[in-house]
Amino acid sequence: MTSYALFLGCTIPARQPNYESSVRKSLSKLGVELVDLPNMTCCAPPPIESINLESSMSIAAYNICLAEEANLDLVTLCSGCFQSLAKTNAMLKADKHLKAKINSILSHTGKKFEGSKEVKHYLQVLVDDISIKRIRQSISKPLHNLKVAAFYGCHALRPSELLKLDDPEDPRILDDLIEALGAKSVEYQNKLKCCGGLLRGVSDELALDLAREKLVNTSKAGADCITTLCPFCFIALDIGQIQLRSKLNETYDMPVLHYSELLALSLGIDPEELALDTHKIKIDKVIRKVT
Amino acid sequence: MKHGKEEKTTVLSFSNPVKSRLGGETITRCYQCGTCASSCPVAKINPQFNPREIIKLSLLGEEAEVISSDAVWLCCSCYNCQERCPQKVEIADVIYALRNIAFEEQHSPDIYLEFASALMNNGRLIPISKFLEKKRPDYGLPPLQPTGVEALKKILSAIGLGGQSQKEEAK
Repeated sequence: MTSYALFLGCTIPARQPNYESSVRKSLSKLGVELVDLPNMTCCAPPPIESINLESSMSIAAYNICLAEEANLDLVTLCSGCFQSLAKTNAMLKADKHLKAKINSILSHTGKKFEGSKEVKHYLQVLVDDISIKRIRQSISKPLHNLKVAAFYGCHALRPSELLKLDDPEDPRILDDLIEALGAKSVEYQNKLKCCGGLLRGVSDELALDLAREKLVNTSKAGADCITTLCPFCFIALDIGQIQLRSKLNETYDMPVLHYSELLALSLGIDPEELALDTHKIKIDKVIRKVT
Repeated sequence: MKHGKEEKTTVLSFSNPVKSRLGGETITRCYQCGTCASSCPVAKINPQFNPREIIKLSLLGEEAEVISSDAVWLCCSCYNCQERCPQKVEIADVIYALRNIAFEEQHSPDIYLEFASALMNNGRLIPISKFLEKKRPDYGLPPLQPTGVEALKKILSAIGLGGQSQKEEAK
């Protein structure tokens, strides 16, 4: 059985039991063990990078050290966590001066970054460790009637030189995974454009403008739902619709599901076990097409 | 000529501190082609934000204008610009370096002070409510592991940020 240290981050345990339970239950069914290690912290994403890059990199490195000590590669669910940890991992592996500098900070915690482990987004685990073929063979409830708008977000893909998840201008990994479930991945305008999630709280108006564009374009393309890889994209597009209704009187009624939720449903996991009440925009019409 | 010399001194006075910071190393490679601005989703809808302009002002030594304006905080960190820059300027990271200077000089939006103190106090940016923690078994989720907040405090104080978030709390 393949095992990974699970990096849960902040937003998922604080807000999205739907994401956490769908990943845990799907990966367990597909034969991947997730190990919960003590003493992990925030990954130190863009809000902390904005305050101090040395701190954010040291915090990311500290968390990687915990996985190194447990002799496990790390897997993240949140694209923000993935970017923070995978970027730091790649940079420290490539630059011995930077590594020495960060290690001198980490020495205050009794840790030392070795550079012996990988950081993966769970999509990479699905594709590399399990394989599209095995996913296709494992599903019991194919999503044949479902048109899905794949939304990659930003931090799973860029900077691609360090993250190496997929082609940043023409990614396929999520589209392939959607089609492995029997669903159709629909094309829509500006598919790779940002959801604005990180501007929430700094400029809510700009954030909502960017989220709105995604909802307009995916609706135009006739999607039944949007699928996301990141809790921030999920919030921007799901809660964003509530805000668009109250501020601009615009209703999209576009269900937003994490890819893992689609996967769990098509693996036949009972919807009752997936904390689906977390969704602000009801996903009943997706559930009806599955069951 | 004298005027030109003065300008050169000004240039060095701000691009050097940016260039010598983590994230800012590549700023002087910029030749102002504008690929960043035309790839930027924020610049398309808000003319107040333009990554090419921020880099130009920084290279021209306009430190006060860059550091004290709101513009530098409007980047959505999508990394499109950085991905496409023909000169391999790490633009999103340069913007972090500029924000780091602005934060040190107390020119950041209030929400960043909240982030700093949340990190220091809880080891997490978003606290987990007791309600959700208690509900975890109902969702079939295992109990949460303890957070390494003590290690995190040691990291922040080694960098000299330990006192900063306490000051913010006192505000």
